[in-house]
Amino acid sequence: MSEQKPVDSASNGRLLAWIDERFPLTQVWNEHVAQYYAPKNFNFFYFFGALALLVLVNQLVTGIWLTMSYKPDAQEAFNSVEYIMRDVEWGWLIRYMHSTGASAFFVVIYFHMFRGIMYGSYQKPRELVWIIGMLIFLVLMAEAFMGYLLPWGQMSYWGAQVIISLFGAIPVIGEAMATWIRGDFVISDVTLNRFFALHVIALPLVLVLLVYLHIVALHKVGSNNPDGIDIKKNKNELGLPKDGIPFHPYYSVKDMFGAAVFMFFFAAVIFFWPEGGGFFLEAPNFEPADPMKTPEHIAPVWYFTPFYAILRAVPDKLLGVIAMGMAIMFLFVLPWLDRCKVRSIRYRGWQFKANLSLFVVSFFVLGYLGTQAPTPFLTLLSQIFTFTYFAFFVILWLTSPMEKTKPLPERVTG
Amino acid sequence: MTEPVNQKRRNFLVAATGVVGAVGATFVAVPFVSSWKPSEKAQAAGAPVDVDVSALAEGQMLTVEWRGKPVWVVRRPQASVDALVGVRDNLRDPDSAESLQPDFAKNEYRSLKPEYLVMVGICTHLGCAPLYKPNAGAISADWQGGFFCPCHGSRFDMAGRVYKAVPAPTNLEVPPYRFLSETMVRIGENEQGVA
Repeated sequence: MSEQKPVDSASNGRLLAWIDERFPLTQVWNEHVAQYYAPKNFNFFYFFGALALLVLVNQLVTGIWLTMSYKPDAQEAFNSVEYIMRDVEWGWLIRYMHSTGASAFFVVIYFHMFRGIMYGSYQKPRELVWIIGMLIFLVLMAEAFMGYLLPWGQMSYWGAQVIISLFGAIPVIGEAMATWIRGDFVISDVTLNRFFALHVIALPLVLVLLVYLHIVALHKVGSNNPDGIDIKKNKNELGLPKDGIPFHPYYSVKDMFGAAVFMFFFAAVIFFWPEGGGFFLEAPNFEPADPMKTPEHIAPVWYFTPFYAILRAVPDKLLGVIAMGMAIMFLFVLPWLDRCKVRSIRYRGWQFKANLSLFVVSFFVLGYLGTQAPTPFLTLLSQIFTFTYFAFFVILWLTSPMEKTKPLPERVTG
Repeated sequence: MTEPVNQKRRNFLVAATGVVGAVGATFVAVPFVSSWKPSEKAQAAGAPVDVDVSALAEGQMLTVEWRGKPVWVVRRPQASVDALVGVRDNLRDPDSAESLQPDFAKNEYRSLKPEYLVMVGICTHLGCAPLYKPNAGAISADWQGGFFCPCHGSRFDMAGRVYKAVPAPTNLEVPPYRFLSETMVRIGENEQGVA
C-alpha cells in the first residue's frame, strides 16, 4: 500500500519536505493513518478501540492535574482530596473526570474485549494483538487498584487490605510477599507512597508502551471485521483491498462522531451521577481510613466484582486466589482454545452463540454477586456461575472444531 | 580483504557477554527489590513486644501496645478455663472457624497455655475497646464473665469468643506470640518467626 494516490502533492510545502528528509513523517502518517486500509463494514462495536484511547488521554491529563494538588501522605491524603473537591478551582471537575473516567475505561474495555470474542478477532493471525491487549487489561486493573488506595478513605484502606492479604494465601512465601508489597506489617503511609509512585509513573509508562505495541501489532496484520473474513484476499488492480477504506478520513471522522456521542454520556455522568450510585465511588470512601474500624461490608469497585465473586465462591482461600487468577489466564489463551476455522459469530454454529450468551450472563451475574454481602444462597449462586464462567472455555475448546458453520461470503456484507 | 569471521569465537563472546550482563543485572536488581522491604523505621514500629507477666495475679489483665493496637494479657483462673465448655451453645463461632488467630490458638481456650489469654483488644464489630468483666453477673444476671463492648453491646466469653445475637461478627483476634520463659511473653512473633 504505497504511492498509488497523489496525496502528498505540492501543497505540502517545503517544511514537510525538510522534515521528511530527517524524519519519516509522511511515511508514518500514510502507513498508519492515511493509507491504512480498514474493512469498510465496521459497526458500533468498533468505536471502542478509539474510545479507549480517548479515555486513556483523559486519565493521563486529569491525573497529571490531580498530582499538582494531591499529597501522597497518610496524614494528608484524605484532606488533600477534599481540598481538591472544595477549594481548588475546578478541582471537583478534574477529580470526577478522573474517578468516573476509571469506570468509563472499564466499560469501554469490556465492550472492546467482547467485540474481539464475538467476531473472533483473536484468531490467527491476530493472537499477539489479543495477548498484548490482555496485558493492557492486567496493567489497567493494577493501575485502577492502586489508584483506589490514594484517596485514603475507608474503602481504599480495607479494599487494599483484602486484596494484598490475598498474597498471604500463597504457601510458604505468601506472608513475606504481602509484607514486601506493603513495605510494612500493616497498610501504612509507606504503602500509600509506593502505590502513588506506581500509579502515576511506572504503570502509566507501561500502559502507554503496551498501547503502542497493540497498535503496531494490529497494523501489521490488519483489522478484523464483523464478517471475520480476510479483506486482503480481494484486491483491486492497484493492490488495495476492495473492501478496505483508508482510516483517514473515513474512520477518523466516524470515530470523532463516536467520541462526541460518548462524551455526551460521560459528561452527563460526571455532572449528575459522579458517584454512580456507590458503584464508581463507594460510600465508605467518604470517611478517612481507620485501621481500627472495619466497614460493615467490603466490596471492590464494580469492574472487579465478577472476579471478586469467583474468589469468594471457592471455600478455600488459596484455591479461591488460583480460581480468580485462572479466570483471567483463560482469556489469554483464547486464541488456542477456539479451534473453529470461522471467526465471526455471524457464521458460527449454535454452540458458540449459546456458549457466548452463557458467558455474558455469568459475567453479569458474578458482577452483581461480587457487590453483595455473602449469604449461603448467594454463595451457592456464585458457585454455579463460577462454574458456567469456566465452562465457557471448556465448551469452546470441545465444540469449536465440530461446529456447523455457515458458508462465508466472498466480500464483506453491509 | 577482511579476515573470515570466526563464528565459534563470536558465539562464545556473545554468550559470555550475555551471562556477565545477566549476573550484573541480577546484582543491580537486589537494591531495588530490597528497597520494598519494611524500612528500619517500619521494623522498629512493628517490632515484637516483650511482656513480663510474673506480677500478674490470677484474674488480672494487663494491656500493652503492639503495632498501634492494644493487646491484652489475662491470667485466667482455672475455674474460668473449665467454664469455657459450658457456654459453647450460646456462641456464634465456638471453634473459631471464621475468626483470626494463629493455628496454635484455634482451640477451646484460644491460647497457647490455657492460663494466659493474649488477645487484640479491639471489637471486631466497629473497633471499640471492649471492657474486661470477669465476674459473673457483672453485666446481666446470666453473665458468665468475659468481655463486654460498651458501644453496641457485643459480648465475648473468657476466651474472646463472640456470643450469638450481638453485632460483632467474629471472635476477638489473637495476635501471634510465644513464651520466651515461664513468665515472659513476646507478642508479634510465634515459633516460626515474625508474623
